[in-house]
Amino acid sequence: MTDSTPPAVPAPASGVRLIVTLGGIAVFSGILLAMTYEFTKPYIARNESEALEAAVFDVLPGAVSRVNYRLDEQGLQQLDDDNVDQANLYAGIDGEGERVGFALPGEARGYADVIRVLYGYDHETRQIIGLKVLSSNETPGLGDRIIRDEDFQENFKSLDASLTHDIVTVKSGEKENPWEIDGISGATVSSVAIGKALRESTRTWLPKLSQALEEGP
Amino acid sequence: MNDKAVEPVTWETFAQGLWKENPVFVMMLGLCPALAVTNTAMNALAMGLATTFVLICSGFLVSLLRKVIPKQVRIASYIIIIATFVTMADYGIKAISLDLYQALGAFIQLIVVNCIILGRAEAYASKNTPLKAIVNGTGMGVGFTLALLCLGVVREVLGSGSLFGVMIMPERFQPWSIFVLPPGGFFVLAAWLMVFSYVRKRKTLAEAA
Repeated sequence: MTDSTPPAVPAPASGVRLIVTLGGIAVFSGILLAMTYEFTKPYIARNESEALEAAVFDVLPGAVSRVNYRLDEQGLQQLDDDNVDQANLYAGIDGEGERVGFALPGEARGYADVIRVLYGYDHETRQIIGLKVLSSNETPGLGDRIIRDEDFQENFKSLDASLTHDIVTVKSGEKENPWEIDGISGATVSSVAIGKALRESTRTWLPKLSQALEEGP
Repeated sequence: MNDKAVEPVTWETFAQGLWKENPVFVMMLGLCPALAVTNTAMNALAMGLATTFVLICSGFLVSLLRKVIPKQVRIASYIIIIATFVTMADYGIKAISLDLYQALGAFIQLIVVNCIILGRAEAYASKNTPLKAIVNGTGMGVGFTLALLCLGVVREVLGSGSLFGVMIMPERFQPWSIFVLPPGGFFVLAAWLMVFSYVRKRKTLAEAA
């Protein structure tokens, strides 16, 4: 794409013209973006709510519907789907209308980045009954085994969360007590981070949750 | 700016980006996404298509406005136009699949600074008719997508034993995790460059003979 003829020198554009051109392009961009935003908004909201739903059902086996709650100083408040972004706690309800348990979030620093998890908690038995990694950036093939490793996931089918002991990750094959998580060798930092996320989240939220459940309906 | 509008749209207008000026394998442009998001074939395809969309739309608009935009603010104008279409692609991918959006991460937004797109706007779209800009942009986009797929397919098959998420390697296959990690991107890119320069050399020799 070489040109032998030199381009003719255009007359310098006035300042006003520069502003009008840039302004015009910016306005056009704004309109286009606002339209795209409005058009994609319902799809994005539906995707996000589906992802959340799937995660809640994953950590609470048997759940078929969910109820959003917010747990704070004022106790436990039920939220409708419009205010779902304020929710920090979800209850899973099974086919017979019984509450299977609560899904709570937790997070801790992993090897590469913050690992965010959602875990299912059964208040009747005071046990963690499921865990799902929501977002992580762990090393593929090593740390990311926390997401899919079946033996590791087995830990979270009945993990003691009665808070008599702190939840802790131990070396692979050394789990002796119900509050211990059997780690993955080769993914030590990542599995320890999961333990930390659960320990900190249960310590913060579970006492508040049981208090709210005793007071509340 | 001298307009090459008189020249007709030819196959060459399209095919330029496929082979002779392939953005990744020949011009070595856009290597950041080419290395970063080609760990699976699906990510590579999505990244390629998003870039193609931006290339075509921004090329069309830049070409349409080529006589309106004063030279002094052309880069600023191109950046606004490109950023607009990138943001649209960003929303689009989020609306299509959240998993895909999370896998591509910041690299969708980073298409704004992809040198292929600004390069096309400056070197081609601003000097040619909208039709030619679209055809050329499509060619470049397809060339970029094919290049990313070349990388993505090899990396996913060797690194995870699957292709587009479907397991294709035998059960006993031990995945070479290194290929889905950043170093693998460099290895695979180097191997493909070797293949392409070998083919090109053979072709030149054959033509000379």
